[in-house]
Amino acid sequence: MRLLLKGGRIIDPSVALDMEGDLLIEEGQIRAIDREIPADEGLEVIDCRQKVILPGLIDIHVHLREPGEEYKETIETGTLAAVAGGFTAVCTMPNTKPPNDCAAVTKFIRDRAREQGHCRVYPVAAITVGQRGKRLTEFADLKEAGAVALSDDGHPVADAFLMRLALEYSRNFNLPIISHAEELALSAGGQMNEGALSTLLGLKGIPKAAEEVAIFRDISLAALTGAPIHIAHVSTKGACEIIRRAKEAGVPVTAETAPHYFSLTEEAVAGYNTLAKVNPPLRTEEDREAIIEALAEGVIDVIATDHAPHSVLEKEVEFAQAACGLIGLETALPLTLRLVRRGIINWLRMAELLSLNPARILSLPGGQLRPGSPADITVIDPELSWRVTPEGLKSRSKNSPFLGWEMKGAAILTLVRGRVAFKR
Amino acid sequence: MEKASFPHRHILGMAELGRAEIELILETAASMKEILSRPIKKVPTLRGKTIVHLFFEPSTRTRISFEMAAKRLSADTVSVTASASSVVKGETLIDTAKNLEAMAPDIIVLRHPFSGAAHLLTRHVRASVINAGDGTHEHPTQALLDLLTIREEKGNIKGLKVAIVGDITHSRVAHSNILALSKLGAEVWVSGPATMIPPGIERLGARVTYKIEEALAGADVIMALRIQKERQGRDLIPSLREYARVFGLTPERVSLAAKDCIIMHPGPMNRGVEISPEVADGPYSVILDQVTNGVAVRMAILYLLLGGSREAVA
Ligand SMILES: [Zn+2]
Repeated sequence: MRLLLKGGRIIDPSVALDMEGDLLIEEGQIRAIDREIPADEGLEVIDCRQKVILPGLIDIHVHLREPGEEYKETIETGTLAAVAGGFTAVCTMPNTKPPNDCAAVTKFIRDRAREQGHCRVYPVAAITVGQRGKRLTEFADLKEAGAVALSDDGHPVADAFLMRLALEYSRNFNLPIISHAEELALSAGGQMNEGALSTLLGLKGIPKAAEEVAIFRDISLAALTGAPIHIAHVSTKGACEIIRRAKEAGVPVTAETAPHYFSLTEEAVAGYNTLAKVNPPLRTEEDREAIIEALAEGVIDVIATDHAPHSVLEKEVEFAQAACGLIGLETALPLTLRLVRRGIINWLRMAELLSLNPARILSLPGGQLRPGSPADITVIDPELSWRVTPEGLKSRSKNSPFLGWEMKGAAILTLVRGRVAFKR
Repeated sequence: MEKASFPHRHILGMAELGRAEIELILETAASMKEILSRPIKKVPTLRGKTIVHLFFEPSTRTRISFEMAAKRLSADTVSVTASASSVVKGETLIDTAKNLEAMAPDIIVLRHPFSGAAHLLTRHVRASVINAGDGTHEHPTQALLDLLTIREEKGNIKGLKVAIVGDITHSRVAHSNILALSKLGAEVWVSGPATMIPPGIERLGARVTYKIEEALAGADVIMALRIQKERQGRDLIPSLREYARVFGLTPERVSLAAKDCIIMHPGPMNRGVEISPEVADGPYSVILDQVTNGVAVRMAILYLLLGGSREAVA
């Protein structure tokens, strides 16, 4: 199939390209980019005027729930939500049932994604067997089976020595370690951010220090071992400060945050709204502003969704009993566009946060629009207004605190390897 | 027939109640108390109404108080006790609620170990819901009976100094009382081991001091809270012995308070830990009045929620 995207605003952060023009796709690859490419015969032309053409968005932190909890999400439904949200690739975390701690599970995910996936799926494998924090998984095997990174997401590696071993050993295989930073002794039993609101609601709080202590430990270990560490879902101002200082000191650290941390505060929990129960918890306005600043200044490198589907069974219960997590694949783009519209970040920086940096950090294809690179492309209508409703979401689960929100901006065309994976 | 104008369908917490509504409940409770002093302590006000007491946490005192209140007003009552330990994914609360709906109750009184359970229940039943204690969130009827007791003893609440001492973090009674007392103009002080004072308690309206003597100095009202050394499997204080020695309400500490101060405790008490026997049973103690007022306050709430007429009580 040959495709011509005509008259769009083309953004490529890898070469700081921001221009109006045409983009030609042949055989799943980008063939040419120019001010004007003539439309010859046999070429399908897509009018992209008033639209923005970005390198396909890459979400390095999602939970697809397959194998094991297919009633919440499957690789098929999760990737459908991904392409509807403008993502051409997702990295899926290992806390499936069974957890992705061996080559067989990694391979199952790859195979299932090839058969039923709507976008690229890269497995993130576990650091420790069963995510139990006792013994390292077989990194070499996992790498060969297709794992792109390692994380015990959701079950932080409590043993600092084991984390040191993981970082050291990861150097042999160029497998970055992703840290779910949480000091369990401090967060135990916690339901939301610790503060006046948690006291008022009678919910046990999780102090910001639970995250910051753990980030500090992992950054120290990265400095010690020289292995790169990627900090998942940063939620506090203090965490941004620690990461800023580590970067200035030359430690190989990168970090991500999720749209809910720069769009919501703990107030979203008021009334015991379990849809806003997430780990790490939503924090305060001060943290929210610090995260936005860190995104603008380059302290935080990536926006990832931590898309965590849960059915109504896990959410329509007492707050303390409710599962942590919210879905994010279909709301990430408009929530990030709010930052663009407010002038906090520009389009190039947005493409860096949602595409180029994720690709670079995990050594994935994509993140740029250059002749010869795979045609993973997201076309956005920044003016499209829509409302978040359960029926409108493609994800099998509907646990979004943004239900009912009026959004502006959406992916109208998502191309994976040059093929139309989603069209609005 | 004058209709009582009570604007809420549920009693979930003191956070939701305004000053005027609190006053209305207390006034109504005062007239209910008059019924309790009659030779025949029963009026037909709520005849034909059904009240369900749904308790997921054992509390004989609170349950009996609610049941007695309902019976004094001639309502039909059903008591359901369920174990929350067998709760699988919280289905029990909602399932039980849905089954109870078939009985078309007018009011469900809920006691539950998780904060927010009463809020959750309101989304699944048509009945009015009264929160009889949810997790570490609120226990509004206890705060209301405390207010009634204080008002009887002191005439007014505005301007009083109230000291609440003990495990503030885990006490829903403390949370409800701080909100209510500060709304009515009292100066509320909290004190106790720093491990039992939650962050942001000032925003609920309390002043914090780590010196219990400062909280007690000149206090008009002292509320002692029950101490449990262990919470969530961890010791928050080294020993009960040390607690009694440093924070316990002894006659010497109480002597720092105003001469006509009153001593309150939501019960059940650990005599010799948070309160010495001399203080618990001494002349300043109003602990048994609290129990009597509990019935009156709960009668008032049942009556107001069901929109009863004033004349029916007369
Ligand atoms: Zn995580």
